[in-house]
Amino acid sequence: MTLLSDSGLYESTAIIFSQILLSIKELLVSLPRFNKNQVLITKKLTNSMLNHYETVFILTPVLSDVQAKEAVEKYKAILTENGATITNEENWGLRKLQYPIQKKSSGFYSLLQFDAESTIIATLETQFRRDERVLRFLSFRLDKYAYEYAEKRKSVKSKEVKEN
Amino acid sequence: MAANNGDIRYLTPPSVDVKKKKYCRFKKSGIRYIDYKDPEFLKKFLNEQGKILPRRLTGTSLKFQRKVAQAVKRARHIALLPYVTDMMK
Repeated sequence: MTLLSDSGLYESTAIIFSQILLSIKELLVSLPRFNKNQVLITKKLTNSMLNHYETVFILTPVLSDVQAKEAVEKYKAILTENGATITNEENWGLRKLQYPIQKKSSGFYSLLQFDAESTIIATLETQFRRDERVLRFLSFRLDKYAYEYAEKRKSVKSKEVKEN
Repeated sequence: MAANNGDIRYLTPPSVDVKKKKYCRFKKSGIRYIDYKDPEFLKKFLNEQGKILPRRLTGTSLKFQRKVAQAVKRARHIALLPYVTDMMK
């Protein structure tokens, strides 16, 4: 008798388990669809996401002023070809480096600010790495405070230009 | 018998200086972004060897100490500040 009742117990628990398993299955089936949709939505969002970026790079002092300008123009062209809009450009000219890079103690600094998608940074940096004229580069995304600061800097600079 | 009277006498009077409360200069003056392009400003947060000074000396709040560190490191990368030196000031 005890054995029988035991088996009965087992059966009932088995039924409950199978029901639980079924409900889990249903959940699992419904979940991925939801996730797929979500991924699609986020993808669409990121596709149209523009960020503010800033890039500083140092060119070798071996170049003449004209050549340095050409190099800067080349990078501006690369940016615009890849769908970026350049918002600010600064040439700091020949500056002394605080420590030697590739046995050079000075370099042409230039700064570019642009709005673009995130994929552009990889293409830009590969170009920098391939170019022997570039000693160093630094690019990063501007957060909201940095962007505020950049806008202020730009307006101050344009005022100075007007006064001159 | 001065010692017996209970008051302790020092050869040099102990200097009781009032400690000035340190403050975060960024919070006080409302600076929200620290520019890495200005090495002269960043030098205020470095010691003579070009190391970043700790918060306990400068009084900078944690939030801005992180930003200072970020700015200093960027400035070092593009050779606006040295990684190692002597007698920077």
